[in-house]
Amino acid sequence: MEILPNISIYHYVIVSILLFGIGVVGVMLRRNALIIFMCIELMLNAVNLLMVGFSNMWGDGKAQVFVFFIMAVAAAEVVIGLAILMMVYRNQETTDINILNKMKW
Amino acid sequence: MVTEMMFYFLSFVAILSAIMMISTKNPVHSILYLIVTFFAIAGHYFLLNAQFLGMVHIIVYAGAIMVLFLYVIMMLNLNEDAEPVKSKYQKISATVSGGIFMLVLVASLRSAEVSLEKTRNTDIGLVNQLGKVLFNDYLLPFELSSILLLSAMIGAVFLSKK
Repeated sequence: MEILPNISIYHYVIVSILLFGIGVVGVMLRRNALIIFMCIELMLNAVNLLMVGFSNMWGDGKAQVFVFFIMAVAAAEVVIGLAILMMVYRNQETTDINILNKMKW
Repeated sequence: MVTEMMFYFLSFVAILSAIMMISTKNPVHSILYLIVTFFAIAGHYFLLNAQFLGMVHIIVYAGAIMVLFLYVIMMLNLNEDAEPVKSKYQKISATVSGGIFMLVLVASLRSAEVSLEKTRNTDIGLVNQLGKVLFNDYLLPFELSSILLLSAMIGAVFLSKK
């Protein structure tokens, strides 16, 4: 189970869970839409870290290729998300998600 | 021994700056703490001998995405005064439910057992090895991701023009 000396895959699982959980707490805790975007990036990175750990554990490079694709998708997602956010700010003068409830009902 | 110390140091830095990111009021400070987290995760990649991913991570996240965030924050002129705050009740319930979520994940993975063969290839993260996998087995997804990036670029230009 050791993928580094004295470090098993469980250590990486714990670190990834903590980073992912901090991202989830951030999404629930903050109301600024930009910070929520950043928390989503943090969650994607936690998953990437876990995938690289498992890839190293099995000695298989395919997981690292998938991490590469996740990075590409995350970049595209951020670009579109920030463009939408700019439009919302131009119309509403705020990035507070509690005010952005026009499409709620 | 050195790699063990490095692992604990990088994990500590990553988790501490992630906590600082969600707890600080100023959005610019939030972004700077997130960059520290990303560098710590890149250090993890180098520690796992995934050198290509480590470099790509630094270039894409710290170099491109975070600069984009900083530009947007400075264009929107967000600062500590404009930051909306949630009530204390909402904050406590968010933290408690997040903590329970982490506890459930850790508890469910505690009893997982994996058998592992002893000899394995640890050079998979090098550019040489990864390029062979990427351009032999995953050539079509690679080309499709280029179309995805192109459409994202066109979409961003279209959305942000008046």
